[in-house]
Amino acid sequence: MRDTFSYVLHEMAKVVPDVYIVVADISPAASMQPFRDEFPDRFINVGVSEQSMISLCAGLALRGCTPFAYTIAPFAIYRPFEHIRVELCYQNLPVTVVGVGAGLSYSVAGATHNAIEDIAVMSAIPNMSIIAPCDPEELKSAIWACARHAGPVYLRLGKAGEPNLTGEAPDLFEFGRVRKIKSGEKIAIIGYGPILSMAFEAANYFKDKLQADFAIYSVHTLKPLDVEGIKNILIQYERVIILEETTHQGSLAMQTKEIAWDIGAKSRIECMGLKDEFIKCYGTKDELLSEHGVTMQKLIELIKK
Amino acid sequence: MYTSEKFNLAKSKTRCRMIRRRILEVSQSHGAIHIGGAFSCLEILDVIHHGLMRRNDQGEFYDTFVLSKGHGCMVLYVILEELGILSKGEIESYCTAKGSLGMHPDRGTPGIITSTGSLGHGLGMGAGMALYEKVSKGDRDIYVVMSDGELQEGSVWEIFLQAPALKLNHLIGIVDYNNLQSMDFTSHSHPNFYPIVEKAVAFGWESVEVDAHDQQAIFDAITSRSHTKPFLLVAKSIKGKGVSYMENNPMWHYRSPNKDEYARALLELID
Repeated sequence: MRDTFSYVLHEMAKVVPDVYIVVADISPAASMQPFRDEFPDRFINVGVSEQSMISLCAGLALRGCTPFAYTIAPFAIYRPFEHIRVELCYQNLPVTVVGVGAGLSYSVAGATHNAIEDIAVMSAIPNMSIIAPCDPEELKSAIWACARHAGPVYLRLGKAGEPNLTGEAPDLFEFGRVRKIKSGEKIAIIGYGPILSMAFEAANYFKDKLQADFAIYSVHTLKPLDVEGIKNILIQYERVIILEETTHQGSLAMQTKEIAWDIGAKSRIECMGLKDEFIKCYGTKDELLSEHGVTMQKLIELIKK
Repeated sequence: MYTSEKFNLAKSKTRCRMIRRRILEVSQSHGAIHIGGAFSCLEILDVIHHGLMRRNDQGEFYDTFVLSKGHGCMVLYVILEELGILSKGEIESYCTAKGSLGMHPDRGTPGIITSTGSLGHGLGMGAGMALYEKVSKGDRDIYVVMSDGELQEGSVWEIFLQAPALKLNHLIGIVDYNNLQSMDFTSHSHPNFYPIVEKAVAFGWESVEVDAHDQQAIFDAITSRSHTKPFLLVAKSIKGKGVSYMENNPMWHYRSPNKDEYARALLELID
């Protein structure tokens, strides 16, 4: 996702004047270099100072520019939280805050480098929108949606090596709309971000077996949430499984259950997400997910139930 | 065509007395005025609006002003009223449900481009605008007025480091150095904070200290800057300046004078 972001932003900067990227001492990723080489004035590294990263973007937006603030997710949103709230959200400025490596992407780096409550924190602020694409392809559309959006956006990314999931998606990406990315009957798995690859792995597992044929939806826009789209899923499917790489508070699961209650939905809802804990497990991302109770095997068991 | 008003010291002095009287007048019908901090930065704002910022024939500003110490907004409101940008009615409905002016400035209010109130935001947003001027080869100046207590915010020091590195020569910070904040004398709570000028210079800014109530000194210091670096004017001020019983008295950070105090204040502000 990192490389895709860098590539698309570079392409965008060639045709959209005043696209800026302000980074806070990211690792010297090679993919960002072409942007930096071609537009050195519009690539700003503020160093380890996330508050000024947000403030510079706010000032640029006040001058009519299209700025992107970019660093590792917890540093992008938690440290400069009040700058995001006051400068971007209260003033409703079109700044995209890009959190790379959200969720448990930086598993061995520990809780300081993970962002598992970011959806709750960002969605609590008025005017803030949230987009969490599930794969590099969806990210391409998401970046353009961010640039076109009139207010602030938190763009939640994975890190690197995410597989493309949406190559045969029945629906196109549209900001603020749930997107069917795999067709199926009876069961819908809904979620967002790279964790949706687990749903596709499950689909692969069931490929030649008849006991499960499920649809997968990317709820890439967490805010504003496509309430009508969620309602339709709850009406259309007997079972809805919510898969997400975030804690429950403020999650898609919590919001979906609220919508289900409001419409008296008959569908069975099951959730698979992260525990409300800082878990010390310095293994792979899959191992850390497993400590949280999120595994392919458990998802398969859930689908079979 | 944008030009700045020719600075006139005598007119500025008369205007500042008038503005103090007007703020006192407003204080008689409205609470919630940070009167001490408004009086300490009045001359600074007057020089910026009447001698430095360029305007066109329609009165539109070319340069940008950010009141980072948002709690001093009443002085800004009254200056904007005097310039015909805000109406008398808007001032009179200050901090009421039917009005649009609150205790801190809001983006969208005529003449105000940034929302402030929480301290430590103005200099960074000003730096972002100055960055745009730098990259686009523009020449609009950005004036940011901060309080000295505000410099306790870490975000200000991030920009102190960042602005010289980015060569933001259109960024002009002004510190209303009145040595008083809500709870204490700043020099008591943070004795090692002073002197400020040397610190700014060490960070790569051009910086000088002047008397915040000497309009000519403010004007001369800012207009004679080198234009090669960000510029920080440390303006030594007196909180509550102009009304003797308010001066350097922490009580006047927030409260409004009663009827007798109001009458005594007016006697000290006669033209």
